[in-house]
Amino acid sequence: MTAYIVRRLVQVVVTIFFALTFLFLLYFALPGDAATLLAGGDGRVPDPVTVRQVQDRYGLDDPLPTQLASYWQRLVQGDLGQSYQSGRDVTSLLLEAAPRSIRLSIWAIMIEVVVGISVGLISAVRRSSLIDRLSTAVTAMASAVPVFVLAFVLQYLFAVIPEDQGWADFFRFETSGRGDDTWLLFFIPTGNTWRYLVLPAVTLASVSAALAARTARGSMLEVLGADFMRTAKAKGLRDREVLAKHGLRNAMLPVVALIGLDFGTSIGAAVLTETAFSWGGLGFYIAESVRRRDLPVLLGFTTVVVLAYCLINLLVDICYAWFDPRVRLRAGTAK
Amino acid sequence: MTSLDLTSEEAGDELVDQTEAGSVTRSQWRLFLRRFLRHRLAVLGVLIFVALLVMSFGARWVAPFPKNAQNLTDLTIDGPGRDHLFGQDELGRDYFTEVLYAGQISLKIGIAVAVLSTALGVAMGAIAGYFGKLADGILMRVTDAFLLVPSIAILAVAFKKFGNSDIAVALVLTFTVWMTVARLVRGQVLTIRELEFIDAARIAGASSTRIIVRHLVPNMVGPIAVNATLAMVNAIVAESTLSFLGFGIQPPDTSWGNLLAQTRGYLGTSKAYLLYFPCLFIILAVLAISFIGDGLRDAFDPESKK
Repeated sequence: MTAYIVRRLVQVVVTIFFALTFLFLLYFALPGDAATLLAGGDGRVPDPVTVRQVQDRYGLDDPLPTQLASYWQRLVQGDLGQSYQSGRDVTSLLLEAAPRSIRLSIWAIMIEVVVGISVGLISAVRRSSLIDRLSTAVTAMASAVPVFVLAFVLQYLFAVIPEDQGWADFFRFETSGRGDDTWLLFFIPTGNTWRYLVLPAVTLASVSAALAARTARGSMLEVLGADFMRTAKAKGLRDREVLAKHGLRNAMLPVVALIGLDFGTSIGAAVLTETAFSWGGLGFYIAESVRRRDLPVLLGFTTVVVLAYCLINLLVDICYAWFDPRVRLRAGTAK
Repeated sequence: MTSLDLTSEEAGDELVDQTEAGSVTRSQWRLFLRRFLRHRLAVLGVLIFVALLVMSFGARWVAPFPKNAQNLTDLTIDGPGRDHLFGQDELGRDYFTEVLYAGQISLKIGIAVAVLSTALGVAMGAIAGYFGKLADGILMRVTDAFLLVPSIAILAVAFKKFGNSDIAVALVLTFTVWMTVARLVRGQVLTIRELEFIDAARIAGASSTRIIVRHLVPNMVGPIAVNATLAMVNAIVAESTLSFLGFGIQPPDTSWGNLLAQTRGYLGTSKAYLLYFPCLFIILAVLAISFIGDGLRDAFDPESKK
């Protein structure tokens, strides 16, 4: 087990190095950009003297390896620089935005796990029933609809229509912002916050929930056909016990792995969801910083997202290896 | 999707096919075709996809009006009707025509990305899997790194640097979807390269390139083709998403995502139908391609019953 963890850690460190270097080069090293921006802003032609001053001040004129080295040096010390736009520390922006994203994703993951997995399991157990066909069609649709389209539809159904039709206040959800933004125990909404939370959480959960449902259905079907299920039945266990104790446990492994891996897609989805609902989390700021060409903010936020993604995947992998010894023994050759 | 699973009847057909057909390759191809045609949704997918292609690329002949033609005499036309199937936008352009022309770029990008990313992914995966050791280590870490970085951040910045032409968009999108193919191919190569016929080829004096091109890749056509459909779906959705956020295709060029971006303000007004049609076409294209992918998977690998 220790050998496995060490091997994975080394892999993760190398991957992070590649990823962040790539990001840095993409953002800063391509010609002319950052300095022009700082000196004059997007779309204007600034005074060449100012551009030179800016280059000197921020070291943008140094040879690439020097710039890269100083980026890494600052990163290791936890210094992510200041925003070009507001001059604020990227770290303080991060501390403000991250909890919002984490709260939203906690709810999205809960919806994904509860709805996605149970739908998948039910349709596997009741294969070819009406429920199965219906859920297969819905999950196919849900993975075909782009996130922002879904956001539109939800906003229309639950905010525009109730407004037009003058429905009771209780049925109206909010489509923008975070309301009172008050939380109990970090993630339980209080006051009117929940009205703002429902729609983005559902939107964010939708794609992953569909994927989880498909995976759960597939792996449960596979497990249902396994020899050990027949054995369990033959030794006299009731159907319910066979399913819960022997089926579920084995069927859940791929789903757990998926939820970890899927974090990557949900970052993309989060950018869209948070933009569509003005949620003000990491995704919102990433989109915003791209639009305003605020490179330090963009780099800082993506760095944090990359690190979080790596850590979560590492944890999932370790859990996986812990549950299923085949993984850690096989992992020597193929990953 | 559920495959319309193989019945014992079909198993019988396959036996007959194998004994009757003279050439093995031809018989395999016929088996493949037969299994594919059994998958009703896949056939439907092919029909829809072909229809979309014909309508978009034949828009010059199919569309009722020329591109960008404005009906300035009557701007009051509202909502879909007989003359204007999808209604008319705020500049008096026939929206059906606009949506068809927008499909050209969306579909072109989808197809280009599917082809390019498959080529890149197969090359990377095959090299990593076949040569192993250092090549494998480096290529797979690079693959992981690409998987890690949120593609939306790469895309948005890359577009600012490389422009927004459809070629640039396709190239940049390629760099965000090739990784899954690479990993898949690598895994397959690791299994196949241990088989006897590869040893036989090597003993017969085949070079590494020849083994990869002639022996490894043809044995992975199935999974690669299925993955290419996935890449196409991802590309179409990613293109529409980016254009929607304002980073992808820019006016006067139009794509489905970019039409959505232009009309998003109409949500909740009487012109909201302007949003529905591009959405509908994106969803149709994506569903059709996914169905084709399901059909391909079942046809290549009748064992898989996901």
